[in-house]
Amino acid sequence: MWDYSEKVMDHYRNPRNVGKIDNADAVGSAGSLACGDQLKIYLKIENNVVTDAKFQTFGCGSAVASSSILTEMIIGKTLDEVRKITNKDIADQLGGLPPEKMHCSVMGYEALEDALKGYGDDYQDLDDLREPEKAEKIVCTCFGVTENVIWDAIKQNGLKTVEEVTNYTKAGGACGKCKGLIKDIIDTYYAKEKTENQLSPTQRILKINNIIETQISPELQKDGGDINLVDIQGNKVYVKLHGKCSSCKNATLTIKRFVEQTLRTAMDEDIEVIEI
Amino acid sequence: MIYLDNNATTKVDEKVLEAMMPYFKEEYANPSSIYNFSKKASNALKESRGVLKDFLNAKDEKEIIFTSCGSESANTAIKGVLNYNKAKKHIITTKVEHPCVLNLYQTLEKQGYKVDYIGVNSNGDLDLEQLEAAINSDTALVSVMWANNETGVIFPIKKISEIIKSKNPETKFFVDAVQAAGKIPLDVQDMGIDMLGISGHKFHAPKGVGALYVNSKTLITPLIVGGHQERGKRAGTENVPYIVGMAKAAELAQDALKYETTEVKRLRDKLETTLLKRIYNARLNTGVSNRVPNTTNIGFEYVEGELILLHMSDLGICASSGSACTSGSLEPSHVLRAMNVPFTAIHGSIRFSLSRFTTEKEIDYVCEKMPQIIEKITAISPYQDELAALKALKTK
Repeated sequence: MWDYSEKVMDHYRNPRNVGKIDNADAVGSAGSLACGDQLKIYLKIENNVVTDAKFQTFGCGSAVASSSILTEMIIGKTLDEVRKITNKDIADQLGGLPPEKMHCSVMGYEALEDALKGYGDDYQDLDDLREPEKAEKIVCTCFGVTENVIWDAIKQNGLKTVEEVTNYTKAGGACGKCKGLIKDIIDTYYAKEKTENQLSPTQRILKINNIIETQISPELQKDGGDINLVDIQGNKVYVKLHGKCSSCKNATLTIKRFVEQTLRTAMDEDIEVIEI
Repeated sequence: MIYLDNNATTKVDEKVLEAMMPYFKEEYANPSSIYNFSKKASNALKESRGVLKDFLNAKDEKEIIFTSCGSESANTAIKGVLNYNKAKKHIITTKVEHPCVLNLYQTLEKQGYKVDYIGVNSNGDLDLEQLEAAINSDTALVSVMWANNETGVIFPIKKISEIIKSKNPETKFFVDAVQAAGKIPLDVQDMGIDMLGISGHKFHAPKGVGALYVNSKTLITPLIVGGHQERGKRAGTENVPYIVGMAKAAELAQDALKYETTEVKRLRDKLETTLLKRIYNARLNTGVSNRVPNTTNIGFEYVEGELILLHMSDLGICASSGSACTSGSLEPSHVLRAMNVPFTAIHGSIRFSLSRFTTEKEIDYVCEKMPQIIEKITAISPYQDELAALKALKTK
């Protein structure tokens, strides 16, 4: 049995905004009968504001819930606001989805994107990292998943493994022949991201400090200690431990295993943390 | 709660539990020990073996090996035969076997075995001509399920055995009878079966116990090596209380066979015909005949199975689906795909499996509620035009 949130259950039990808009201004769809889920979304747009939205879905509980909540999320919003919605926002609004069901939220996002495209939308924000010539190339022939869709899923959800990509997009979930290709896309994405997402020195300091304050410090506080950032020189991050941490025998372990590892995962592998 | 998922597992019969209890509490001795205290345990083991021998109509008690489950029975039989005679590298099975067997064959293929997967028609019946043509002098094993877990379709075991023996008498015949035990009579001698596996929890014994029949002419290399238990064919201290439970369950199942083939069948047929009549986008995914009496597999077109199950669950009704979404594997049922069930119905297929504990009142409740559930889900389907056409066709 899937571990669905209360919100997901509420939405598949009582789906909102079901049906068709006969004279819709934009219509989008995603999925197919063969795949086991299909979503159609109909939008009424006036003065750049979505005034009404309806959906029809063939799919499982989380597919219906994703469609239903998506219509609630976009009614009354401007097109600019609607364009910013990602699959992660849909999943978050539902109080989360089981990992294997994340592709349902991706389908919601795809249908919305499809509708906006059909509305003459030239919005390209999500394409900025994409190689245009590859965009429509089908990677997973079993489920008809394009490189485009995989790329967006990696970007929006920070996916790192082939298995995660399968959970989010279904690609690779049947015969598995495209798993090598998916791995290549993941590698390409992160290689590109690394070169294109170079932070300025100030941005980098702010980001490291932010990670220490929001992810590392709260954990140490649980044990009666704390930490703060003192200086950054190149890849060396100088920190000071406080409270129980400063006198703890395992401080070196904490620094290396937890603090350094957290920063390496979030930033880059070369970071070295030094206690002063 | 209405439990119509008895092909997944069954509830333990009260009488089975009662029979097991003394072997947890008082008679906990290891049956291999030599003191008097172990006598009751070792006698119980011997008696249970006798019951299973009768249940399968084996020739000799020595042909019964107790295991922990259906998967272990299958693995012991299949690997046992192949490892005993490593010269032969060809295996024949079907496209619709249970994953516990299919995944094993896929592993064996990687180890150098050649495996032929025989197909079925849209009724679910096996292509016997293809099977016959596939048997050759290198064929070590033919492995066929007796009844399919998803559709309930019964394969003609005796006929298959005759085909095998006429083409290559040395080829061994393994039958996965997990879904047949307790639903139809099993007779290994009459059917000409070399090896047959069953699982206790499918016929009201607890999970964690199974049995394997290996006839005296078939030699196997043991899968689990260790002590001398089960005549060296399966090491490990015998799970006496569970074995006693399975024997009791086998006795009760044997006694209930008539009830199964009349009353359970009547309720299954009532459920099936009512749903097919009341729900215009319902279709039977199998042929009508050649099925175990407790199972029906119905496809609800243009709606999705998991969503159906979730709505059923809200009303306390338990069943299964061949939809991709429920399995987590993303692929819909390999059985229904092998039968060429159209995609319009495959994702909305629901398996109802009854037991002797299913009541008429429960079936009536399901007959009343299912049309409402399907109507509700059909209303949100994007295939309204197709559904309208289907409705017009059905009501004509």
